[in-house]
Amino acid sequence: MEVTSDKFIPLSEAALADDKLQSALGQLSGRLAAGRTKGVADLPEFEQLRGEARDIKNHTLQHLDLYLEAFEQRVVEQGGSVHWASNESEARNIILDLCQSVGAKRVTKSKSMVTEEIDLVPFLEANDIEAVETDLGEYIIQLRGEKPSHIVAPAVHLSKDQVSETFFEHHRKLGFNEKIHDRGELVAEARQVLREKFLAADVGISGANFLVAETGTIVLVTNEGNAELTTALPGTHIVVTGIEKVVPTLEDASTFIRLLARSALGADISAYTSFITGPKRQADGDGPDNFHVVLVDNGRSEMMGSEFQDMLRCIRCSACLNHCPVYLSVGGHAYGSVYSGPMGAVLTPQLASLEKSKHLANASSLCGRCESVCPVMIPLPKLLRLWRDKEAAEKLNPAGMRWGLNLWSWLIGQPRLYRITTSIANRVLYHWPGSSDGFINKLPALAGAWTVHRDLRRPEQGTFSEQHRRKGRKRV
Amino acid sequence: MVTELSVESKTVAFFVTCLVENIKPAVGFDSITVLEDAGFEVVVPLNQVCCGQPNYNGGDRANAIKIAKNVIDEFMVFDYVVIPSGSCGGMIKHHYPQLFADDVAYRDKSEQLATKVFELSQFLIQVANYKPCSVSQATVAYHDACAGLRELNISDGPRQLLKGAGVRIHELKETESCCGFGGTFCVKYPDISAAMAERKVQDVLSTGATTLVMGDLGCMLNIEGKLQRDGYQIQVKHFAEILAAGVQQKAEKNC
Repeated sequence: MEVTSDKFIPLSEAALADDKLQSALGQLSGRLAAGRTKGVADLPEFEQLRGEARDIKNHTLQHLDLYLEAFEQRVVEQGGSVHWASNESEARNIILDLCQSVGAKRVTKSKSMVTEEIDLVPFLEANDIEAVETDLGEYIIQLRGEKPSHIVAPAVHLSKDQVSETFFEHHRKLGFNEKIHDRGELVAEARQVLREKFLAADVGISGANFLVAETGTIVLVTNEGNAELTTALPGTHIVVTGIEKVVPTLEDASTFIRLLARSALGADISAYTSFITGPKRQADGDGPDNFHVVLVDNGRSEMMGSEFQDMLRCIRCSACLNHCPVYLSVGGHAYGSVYSGPMGAVLTPQLASLEKSKHLANASSLCGRCESVCPVMIPLPKLLRLWRDKEAAEKLNPAGMRWGLNLWSWLIGQPRLYRITTSIANRVLYHWPGSSDGFINKLPALAGAWTVHRDLRRPEQGTFSEQHRRKGRKRV
Repeated sequence: MVTELSVESKTVAFFVTCLVENIKPAVGFDSITVLEDAGFEVVVPLNQVCCGQPNYNGGDRANAIKIAKNVIDEFMVFDYVVIPSGSCGGMIKHHYPQLFADDVAYRDKSEQLATKVFELSQFLIQVANYKPCSVSQATVAYHDACAGLRELNISDGPRQLLKGAGVRIHELKETESCCGFGGTFCVKYPDISAAMAERKVQDVLSTGATTLVMGDLGCMLNIEGKLQRDGYQIQVKHFAEILAAGVQQKAEKNC
């Protein structure tokens, strides 16, 4: 997985200065969080369902080998096949081989974060296979050569006018000569262009929201119907997904379906929820002749049994992004990873490298809202802290920070010296020059980072300890 | 020797917190005033320092454990420990037991201490059953500080106390959104932190309230500093300051 997370600071600064992005994020922040709040209020057993979902995932992860093998067996029984990819290059090559084995020249894709994770589309195109994203948001960013900025709404960083420009630029050669601005007309134009692609595709590639072990079914949750055209029209359907997506039963899958759209958008259920089991049967009117499932590990099995195992419960709903004040400030691209927000900050160091993504765990106020909205109760702040521990252990965090924390710890190990030191600091700050009305507006060194954007209340004369002593109050 | 928690005990150990110690001691003295008004004797253990949260959040678990042990040893002897901060309270009550997964002795102690530790509003309601004197005429906005809200489930308590004191509350639209303080986050990522503070400031302004109240000094310094820098004349107060003002007027109002 290609990441540019080491550039988090310049990317986030650019994001904060980007008015169009800020306006898009401003709209997102109210809409999705308010939607979820209402959606949750409408389902009294929501909290109970969260607990059940967490338990189902924990149970499945404990017996992951068993459920994956059962899933494979059911798929094979239905006439499909399962392919195991231990890393992203294996996954890409398996998919390319499958495409080439049917002489595919044109591929349609429905939305799949795992195919983003393994950089599939550029790889297929480098091998002379046209691969077209058919989810509207994915289609837009594919035209623009961008990565998704959100795991559910990949083009959420764009305004309608930007989409209008992009369509005009790319659809002109297809005979769409007019620049259109109406939302509905933009969708209709994309639909016309994509309809031709659907009809011409040799292979359809989808992801999977859930894999059902008892039936060998893949469950797809979408809102546009593009996944249904992607998976039903071409002769070959390739499912690409992570090994952690398996759940034991259809009943279990229904628990997650009740949580997923509600957590993402506040909706009861998505517009389309498709259950696909194997290739076309004799009596079926449509469907693919070939049905393949590529199960991607790519670092996931390393998380099994580690302190990060809880992260494997993630169902990619995006609630943590939608409620994260940092994500809502800088958007997804600043994270430099296809997975952004709190879930991305935990997952990216595992899937790429800690060294390249060390900013991500730190760029969080640990406010904990992500954990409170997570439908599978992943302790995201705890996992972010664990990455911070690992960074410090590998000396990847700034040396000044390590020394500072050591010094602080040493000082507070000696309460008397601490009181003397803070008493001196109090005097210095109390008499700090160049500020007015009880506030300090410029400080040096690290404290200067505070006064770039805000003032600091001038401390009272004397620390609490000094004032307490002056008052002659009891200390024990 | 460890004293058992008992409802008869009327002594409270006060955990001052670093920011109260160094920036705004008045919040500490006001907290003590209210606790005494609630009928408790308040002692301030001499050798207390920091709860260790900067180390815990900064990847320095080893020192966080060392600091936590000192706090546990210093405060174990008391029946109640009261803290005017959900953040430091959450650290001791919620995070300390997690620090000692491999140390049974201190895990037991930390779990025992957790039962005695109360954030100020929780103590006033759950233990002291405190009824403030209804003397305030103020209309304020209230900000839920993240750690208190999510680690200690503090939400209704401070509002109940403020309303009991006669205060009217204008709720923020995004009352559960972080203000951008986040400990060292605010100096490591100052631009993002400021953008978060800016949203909080706009939310506060939209309520029309001229006072903003909360229960954590970190958020207070952050939001107040941003309001001040941007030129807004809005008072930012700890709820202990409002309650203590009520105690001063109690005699004249005869309640």
